[in-house]
Amino acid sequence: MQYEPVIGLEVHAQLLTKTKIFCGCSTRFGEEPNSNTCPVCLGMPGVLPVLNKKVVEYAVKMAISTHCRINGTSTWARKNYFYPDLPKGYQITQFAHPIAEAGYIDIEIGGAKRRIGITRIHMEEDAGKSIHDDLSPFSYVDLNRAGVPLIEIVSEPDMRNTDEAVHYLRRLHEILVYLEICDGNMEEGSFRCDANISLRPKGQKEFGIRAELKNMNSFRNVQHALEYEIQRQRAILEGGGGVPQETRLWDVSQCVTHSMRGKEEAHDYRYFPEPDLVPVVISDAWREDIKNALPELPMEKRERFLSAYNIPPYDAGVLTASRALADYYEEVVRLCERPKIASNWVMGDFLAYLNEAKLEIGESPVPPAALAELIGIIGDGTISGKIAKEVFEGMWKSGKNPGEIVEEKGLVQISDTTELEKIVEEVLEANKKQLEQYRAGKDQLFGFFVGQTMKATGGKANPKIVNELLKKKLSMS
Amino acid sequence: MEFNQLTIHELQKKLKDGSLTSVEITESVYRRIASVEEKVHSYITMMEETAIGQARAADRRIKEGNAGELTGIPIAIKDILCTEGVRTTCGSRTLEDFIPPYDATVVRKLKDVGAVFVGKTNMDEFAMGSSTETSRFGITKNPWDLERIPGGSSGGSAAAVAADECIASLGTDTGGSIRQPAALCGVVGMKPTYGRVSRFGMVAFASSLDQIGPITKDVEDCAIMMNVISGHDTSDSTSVPKEVPDYRAYISRDIEGCTIGIPKEYFVEGVDPEIRASIDTTIKTLEGLGARCLDISLPHTEYCIATYYIIAPSEASSNLARYDGVRYGFRAPNEENLLDMYRKTRSSGFGAEVKRRIMIGTYSLSSGYYDAYYKKASQVRALIRDDFDSAFTKCDVILTPATPTPAFKIGEKMDDPLQMYLCDIFTLSANLAGVPGISVPCGYTKGGLPMGVQFMANHFEEGKLLQIASAYEKNSKIERRMPEL
Repeated sequence: MQYEPVIGLEVHAQLLTKTKIFCGCSTRFGEEPNSNTCPVCLGMPGVLPVLNKKVVEYAVKMAISTHCRINGTSTWARKNYFYPDLPKGYQITQFAHPIAEAGYIDIEIGGAKRRIGITRIHMEEDAGKSIHDDLSPFSYVDLNRAGVPLIEIVSEPDMRNTDEAVHYLRRLHEILVYLEICDGNMEEGSFRCDANISLRPKGQKEFGIRAELKNMNSFRNVQHALEYEIQRQRAILEGGGGVPQETRLWDVSQCVTHSMRGKEEAHDYRYFPEPDLVPVVISDAWREDIKNALPELPMEKRERFLSAYNIPPYDAGVLTASRALADYYEEVVRLCERPKIASNWVMGDFLAYLNEAKLEIGESPVPPAALAELIGIIGDGTISGKIAKEVFEGMWKSGKNPGEIVEEKGLVQISDTTELEKIVEEVLEANKKQLEQYRAGKDQLFGFFVGQTMKATGGKANPKIVNELLKKKLSMS
Repeated sequence: MEFNQLTIHELQKKLKDGSLTSVEITESVYRRIASVEEKVHSYITMMEETAIGQARAADRRIKEGNAGELTGIPIAIKDILCTEGVRTTCGSRTLEDFIPPYDATVVRKLKDVGAVFVGKTNMDEFAMGSSTETSRFGITKNPWDLERIPGGSSGGSAAAVAADECIASLGTDTGGSIRQPAALCGVVGMKPTYGRVSRFGMVAFASSLDQIGPITKDVEDCAIMMNVISGHDTSDSTSVPKEVPDYRAYISRDIEGCTIGIPKEYFVEGVDPEIRASIDTTIKTLEGLGARCLDISLPHTEYCIATYYIIAPSEASSNLARYDGVRYGFRAPNEENLLDMYRKTRSSGFGAEVKRRIMIGTYSLSSGYYDAYYKKASQVRALIRDDFDSAFTKCDVILTPATPTPAFKIGEKMDDPLQMYLCDIFTLSANLAGVPGISVPCGYTKGGLPMGVQFMANHFEEGKLLQIASAYEKNSKIERRMPEL
């Protein structure tokens, strides 16, 4: 029998607010344990939460960008469970009335578009971290993360294979990062994904019994865990068994999922309305203000790059992968007005050097203006494309302008026909044997003469003029 | 008369004209404490050293001419309100060594005006009780009869005021915990509108019902305390940004034409006949002052207790989850693992009544029971609120007995939680509806026990309550008695 996977994803994204969701503590990552804490996020007696308005603004940004309906009034709830890294014994979250519902994002795989539904987006606080050390009889609790704002984005069970799941996840990640509301760092846990997955016989409408997968901290892990789970569940079903409803943990070292708890051991979170907070009210005016301040999203940017710069879809995809890269490219184009050459340079040497040096765009020693200047002097024939690579390397290493490098190294292209004619004659004189062979019909030797001429000029000869001269000289006699 | 027996407004005059100092008042309070505290046991923690320092500072401030309404007045604080650097036990073993690094907003407000803190008063554990018998720190006695309870949960705060062990005090009221002990101790107690006073720093019992309020010797003192503690607080999202009127301006206003609703559901069997009679006299006195009394109905009254005992324990079960022994407070020794630590800590850190309510609340919120209990109770609560909304279209204030009986004997109801819960039958509704209520003495039983009348008004109409209560107080011809101790 053919089985079809049904996948839904729950994504937790840490929001990039300066302070926590219900107190004034810093959200900075990697600080001394328990240093970013106060009575409120420590859950001391008698303290009360006060909502950070920025969190609502960020959640609304995401909601608009994923075509969700934004609820004018949403409410808070308490999710109750005991754990040492949960100071109050409950998490403040949204349950019955989340901030946004019923949205979608479009994904494209091999030219085919799919629309993945988003059930809801809600705001909540993160828990702290428990640190277990096998060699110590103690566990440690770090509450710096307790109270860091999160949004949870819950998809519909709309994905039918692992590719769709990973594409959806990448799109979501890209939007969050573009909006600058989440840094998207999966390893540090600022972008976390849980997956619900079940199989059903192809053609059947009803869903099968699902497993919930946790602990996948990279796109690759998500892909591998889902692939593993599909095989595992298929094997059970083909063996005539039933898949139990359970929560499973991805074990990255062994590339398998392990059962964490069954349905019977599932927590009863005893959700109820949070009495310490008032409902979140989003006026039409506020929503419009947020909407008007939204940046262009990756999908829109891609479309615009295709039409405005007339570059191939592949280029548009690469260049819009991050807002910073897209901005860099656009600035280069604005200054040099050569979109395709700019695209080649940005995607080629620029990204190669950047990745090699493990730098962010903002840290690049070559600013857009310098790259634009370089493209300009290639275009006007001051230097050849080949020399330009050497110039770029010089720019990267020294931070100097292309003009300075060209001057310093004497790399200006030789376009003086009289001078080049002389050199070409010398080359022909020095390679009589090849000249005879060429004249006897061995046309492919033309390239040889070009190469020799370039070599003689240290690569500075204008290749176009060299070509013309050689053609003229070789056809003589 | 000793200074400690005077009211805030009487002392204010003497402080202002220089005939008395805060240090003298404060010392008289501690002399009284030295002589009666052993019998009454109003306090858990005394703050004598810092109090004398505060009194000296207050005297300087008065001399400089920038005294506020409570400058130099010795106030007792219920031990549920966090006081920076002073242990705040909530009457529980769980917090018996807990020293908060912050002040409750009301405590800070009192500090700002230069009040003097006498000490932290005894209370039912986590404010769960109506007799102050569930405290980890012993039972507070009713100053009028040391064999009887003072009411609760703010029993220590009410007894301290009644026994002149302070000038006024702060209590908290989740279902009657200010008004009921005030009535049983013969003093004035007000629960303000939900949202009128910041809850920040009050150890939470049931967040949607809790309010902090004053317990005082008379109505004018109540108004003075309200002037200081009321107002919006950015640290409490449920406090309301609404201007605070000068509550003292409502004192001594006449009540000609005022309409008083008498809800028939509050005049049922089970009310002590002496209380019944004193309420009838109260109604006549008010009518004599030109008020118009009319019969009204609060039809969902019979569901108040059931509703309250779902909502309050549900919220409490969640509010008290933080006492897990991990970060602060009591932790039981000899744990074998995490679960064992939770079990031992919470089993021995909490008393029987607290555990009973945590279990009721946990059950009510459990999946499969939520709809039948918590959700249903929330729906009924909305109906109770509607009852009050519609009643206040017909009348300015509602009058009821504050309690069904006068103070009962210590131990009498400890084995019967349901009987204990019935003590708050007339006060719960104001918390469920969020409206303000005040309890004012309305006489003494033949046995010499105080009785109280309760007035309730619409949201944020504390002024009306103070107006009618002070008019009644001044004209009731009830002699002001002092308990013999």
